[in-house]
Amino acid sequence: METPEQIKASLEAALPSAKIEILANECAAGERSLLVAAASGFAVAKFLRDDAQLKLDYCSNVTGVDWPDKELAEKIKVKQIVDGVEKEVEEVKKTVRSGYLEVVYHLYSMALKHGPVVLRLRTENRADKTHLPSLTPLWRGAEFQEREVYDLYGVIFDGHPDLRRILMWDEFVGFPMRRDYIAPDDFEYEPTPHDEVLVEAKKHYPVEVKAEVKPEVKA
Amino acid sequence: MLGEQIIKGMAVTARNFFGSYVSKDRLTTVQYPEEQLAQKENTRQFPFLVYDGDDWEKGLRCVACQICEKECPPKCIYIVKSKDKKPDYKGQPQIYPLTFDIDVSVCMSCQICVEVCPFESIKMDTKFELSTDDRFGGLLLTKDKLAKPNSYYQQMHPHDAADSDAVIAAEKAKAEAKAKAAAEAKLKADAEAKAKAAATPPIAAPALTTPPPTAK
Amino acid sequence: MSTFATMPPKSFEVKPKLDESGSSIDESGSSIGELLEISMGPHHPSTHGVFRMDVVLDGEKVVKLKPVCGYLHRNHEKIGENISYLASMPYTDRLDYFCSMTNNWAYALTIEKLAGLAVPERAEYIRVIMAELTRLQNHTSLIGFFVHDMGALGTPLMYAFREREKILDLFEEVSGARMMCNYMRFGGVRVDVNDEWLARTKQLVANYGRFLDEFEAFLNQNEILLARTQGVSPLTKEQAVNASLTGPLLRAAGVNYDVRKVDKYGIYSRFDFKVPLGEHGDLYDRYMMRVLEMRESIKILNQALRDIPGGPVMDPKAKLRGFRPKSGEVYGRIESPKGELGFYIISDGGPNPYRYRVRPPSFINITILEDMCLGHRVADVIVILGSVDIVLGEVDR
Repeated sequence: METPEQIKASLEAALPSAKIEILANECAAGERSLLVAAASGFAVAKFLRDDAQLKLDYCSNVTGVDWPDKELAEKIKVKQIVDGVEKEVEEVKKTVRSGYLEVVYHLYSMALKHGPVVLRLRTENRADKTHLPSLTPLWRGAEFQEREVYDLYGVIFDGHPDLRRILMWDEFVGFPMRRDYIAPDDFEYEPTPHDEVLVEAKKHYPVEVKAEVKPEVKA
Repeated sequence: MLGEQIIKGMAVTARNFFGSYVSKDRLTTVQYPEEQLAQKENTRQFPFLVYDGDDWEKGLRCVACQICEKECPPKCIYIVKSKDKKPDYKGQPQIYPLTFDIDVSVCMSCQICVEVCPFESIKMDTKFELSTDDRFGGLLLTKDKLAKPNSYYQQMHPHDAADSDAVIAAEKAKAEAKAKAAAEAKLKADAEAKAKAAATPPIAAPALTTPPPTAK
Repeated sequence: MSTFATMPPKSFEVKPKLDESGSSIDESGSSIGELLEISMGPHHPSTHGVFRMDVVLDGEKVVKLKPVCGYLHRNHEKIGENISYLASMPYTDRLDYFCSMTNNWAYALTIEKLAGLAVPERAEYIRVIMAELTRLQNHTSLIGFFVHDMGALGTPLMYAFREREKILDLFEEVSGARMMCNYMRFGGVRVDVNDEWLARTKQLVANYGRFLDEFEAFLNQNEILLARTQGVSPLTKEQAVNASLTGPLLRAAGVNYDVRKVDKYGIYSRFDFKVPLGEHGDLYDRYMMRVLEMRESIKILNQALRDIPGGPVMDPKAKLRGFRPKSGEVYGRIESPKGELGFYIISDGGPNPYRYRVRPPSFINITILEDMCLGHRVADVIVILGSVDIVLGEVDR
């Protein structure tokens, strides 16, 4: 089984315009992944499936991951004039790394019995540019899983034969697995609400909880 | 012959059917609720709180550490701590739970609360016939319904209760040994202080004649 | 303001049948026919759970079929992001509720890979014993349901369940619950098994061979079974591999891929067992796959019960509370009775996972349900679905 570096080298040899990066994995036992730009995603996947050395004909798992906007604080040294003397002072610089949705493919080979090769595709942002190429024409098994990523995350796959919701009903609005999804709370609560559930229940209907025990103060 | 295998299959069915009149292995139906299967010892249904002795409030082992509340996956345990303390089985004053509710309609009998409890105070019961027609609160078990004596626990789960009792006894013995060692050390320190006070000589008095007390 | 749907779908609809040019009238001026669109809806005794199929029929032949799932969606993956690693273990029991031991093992294996925990040898043997017992009871009840869907109403199913209860009794003695066992932990198993339990398991495995002989004698060569399953919905190797099928379905088509042999997780490399392969991929091959796999499981069980060593059953370094693995991501998979069950966990160093994903074999195996059913009759659709072996807890999570 080739290492990610060798795979990257053969990919760049075959498809010079593809932009590929190897991402580290802090867990030693895990696999390092290949991050591919969305425009060349389909071509790279086709090469991975058809190459004689790799023959990754089995797409095992398609996962969606949501990475919301993250504020990063960096300490940088800046030259400043303090009390008339130029000194190097540490300043905290805050940058915002814009969020994106990511789709991770785990590819194995049934013919040569090796794997996995982890392929990652990222969208540009989480709001409107959430299109990615669909790999269903290459691996039929990705069809339902890409539909699930669309349903739960909102990633639109171009080239998918039948992209519609699969786990939620068709008229549902919203993408439940995103980190900023707020679940609706206008349903009937379990018969004995307490703690945060009680707070939510009280917003919608008058709750009389028999079991709300007031702690007795021993005289 | 067409249908030969079907007839052979019917012979198997006949063997099972007529065999069920003779062999217990083939007749496995239990006419519930008139007959009931004996429950296995390790069965877990819903949790209960253990108390030592006769008084369920005084003997309750739970010290309201809220570890089970935090670790419970569906968050069905609801604890309110008390403000005062009561002595536990080691004799030390500990806080106790004023409210300890388990919502049995939410509980999924996973036994994680039992595994993480450091005080052997919450264990799994084996009763599953808890149905009630009170929809709001009938399945919320409060502290008085949950507290059951240690003798009940020993009857339901003999092996686990034996292990639990051994742990409690070991803890008690450790606490007693510690108390004894502390008491002895205190006695020794008192005696040494007294000896030191007695042995400080007045000026021009002869040297110390009484030897200092030997360490026991 | 409610976000919940209020209109249920129509249960059936009649449409005119169109020929190639799109007209519904043929040359002599009479209508060609009609197509019936029917919802083999979520309330159905044979769809193995709340599962719907929108089927368009021309007479009795299937013209189009769309599976609709999501009736049991509990958003297990989001729950996994909000609770700790240990608290997810009882939820994995409820994914494929027939096979809770193997679900637990897949999750425990993934977390052990992430956190670098070592499993003692006795625990590995116990895990193999539990997994193979699970495979036995799953395949037995599946054959029972398969034949029940075909019309042998109840008898083989009850024999299968009678044997399954004996295995579930063993699970109850060791873990406390028949089905939702919650038995594996990160670094081993929760409690040890005693010698009496091992003796009883040996007895059960010895008797199981005889039960299987009786069961096979009355099903394998049965003319009705042969007529209804041979030649129905064959699959080629390329179709099966491209559709990401795994498990007995894939091996019935002739592809030799069993995660126990490929990844050699646990201590499977120590056991001598074969992987049965089919030829045509049709329903009879899938049925025989399960029968032969049960025989191989009995072989593995005999070897494991003979060789199990003594020792501890839990890694002493593993922590129960406050378990925070270092950040990173990992994908762990095992061969569950339904196919390849995988867990993909991304950890960010906190007490809860950042992303918790289950790779569900049942969900992916129904990708080509339409292709398998086209051209066959309505009665075959039910039997084809039964042979795929889905459990809705896993399809919808």
